Amino acid sequence: MKYFFAQNRHTIQRLGFAAITLIAVVTVLPIIGTVVFILIKGSSAISWNFLSGFPHDGMRAGGILPAVIGTLYLTIGTAIFSVPLGIAAAIYLAEYAKDNQWTRLIRLAIINLAGIPSVVYGLFGLGLFVLFLQFGTSILAASLTLSIMTLPVIISTAEEALRSVPQAFRTVSISLGATRWQTIRRIVLKEALPGILTGVILGLERAAGETAPILFTGAAFFLPRLPNSPFDATMALPYHLFVISTQVPEMPIQIQYGTALVLLVFVLTMNVIATVIRSRARARRQW
Amino acid sequence: MNKITIESLSLQYSDGTESLRDVSMGIHQNAVTVLFGPAGGGKSTLLRCLNRLNDLTEVKASSGQILIDGENILDPKVDVIALRRKVGMVFARPVPLPMSIRENIIYGLELAGEKRKSKLDEAVERSLKLSAVWDEVKDRLNDPAIALSGGQQQRLCLARVIALQPEIILLDEPTSGLDPISTGKVEAALLELKKEYTIILVPHSIQQAARTADYAAFFLTGELIEYGEGKSLFTIPKQKKTEDYIMGRFG
Repeated sequence: MKYFFAQNRHTIQRLGFAAITLIAVVTVLPIIGTVVFILIKGSSAISWNFLSGFPHDGMRAGGILPAVIGTLYLTIGTAIFSVPLGIAAAIYLAEYAKDNQWTRLIRLAIINLAGIPSVVYGLFGLGLFVLFLQFGTSILAASLTLSIMTLPVIISTAEEALRSVPQAFRTVSISLGATRWQTIRRIVLKEALPGILTGVILGLERAAGETAPILFTGAAFFLPRLPNSPFDATMALPYHLFVISTQVPEMPIQIQYGTALVLLVFVLTMNVIATVIRSRARARRQW
Repeated sequence: MNKITIESLSLQYSDGTESLRDVSMGIHQNAVTVLFGPAGGGKSTLLRCLNRLNDLTEVKASSGQILIDGENILDPKVDVIALRRKVGMVFARPVPLPMSIRENIIYGLELAGEKRKSKLDEAVERSLKLSAVWDEVKDRLNDPAIALSGGQQQRLCLARVIALQPEIILLDEPTSGLDPISTGKVEAALLELKKEYTIILVPHSIQQAARTADYAAFFLTGELIEYGEGKSLFTIPKQKKTEDYIMGRFG
């Protein structure tokens, strides 16, 4: 009888494992499926001319260079505003802010900021940057809009990374005659940097893939030339993909998938970089 | 002449944990003064007052003063950075900073503005020798400090304090995580160090207190019960409470 139960428990455990594995596989399948599908459908469009050429024949032929460059500009622009601001805010919250009403209010604001639909950011950017500050539909306005959207991601991951640095390092550093800021700069930031970078990249990656926030603030339907100032509008990959998929009749399908593939590779590459930074830092970590 | 004079020092933390009640004592130069007693007695709190590390903790109320060389260091106008260079501290758990052995030693000096390599090298060798760990690490000064054994790490932490050439060294149960051999090495180093420095030690056992104390102070629930020369205090304590504790009748 005893033996029977022992057997039975093993069977149940094996069934449990199988179920969990199945669920894990199911969650990964859509991602793999999407990537493979787009790879198959889109890879035939990829050529040097596609990547380095301008679209022509009403975007039904030619390349996507202005959209690629535009997305690059927007990502860099977003980084310029959101990274310093986000890290500074995280340092304030993790290292200086006392746990009081005011801090709780800031945290609440950040959490809520993260939950706002991206199209609302777009409208906000239109109102504030494009119209009120008169930046016009421009890279500048779009980058600022994307920055606001990216900030909560950067702030919360950076704060997390800063907090994970052991408190003892701070106490020891201060006891050796360091100021609070010296401690942060020489110990805490250095140790938290990989975690912060991961958050930054993940935040920027999201910004790079967004359509709604740039729709009213900086994205152009079609431009015959590359933007040459932050006050120019620009084409961008996600918006271009939206346009050629819905707005242009008789669009060759492989150009659509090709564009999707480029955007996917752009975003996934950033993701891989973030993962590599994180795992390298973990291996090197001294605590 | 007392190096440190503590006058009616009282302190209460915001979370109501440990506290000090009206503590007054003088601490002698170039001697080991041991603060002992059961946990929660205020020993660590007192140490953390001496280098103002309590500034990092939420303190509800404090009064009294601590004079070091005649200057009240609890005065808000005191330069705490300079104070912490003068009053070094070794913690219970060795905490090597996430950098090499050499960088750990020169961390404080660099912050103090020392840039000359010769001076820094000199300080590394001198302090590691004084803390009796030089022979074990001299060939791998650029290795990460975390790679050292616990005992070596703690002596590195001691060396890191010595490198700043402080006048007072505070040690908060520095051997609590160490094996007897490492403990012996740390204690031997303290014996050597007291020739130059004023040492205040919270020991991790009565035995260690008796072994190392030139002067000993017994703390119970935030109050200084008895204070005197180590030899007499541990053999013929004047207070009943001290005797009970030393004899192991409570605590």
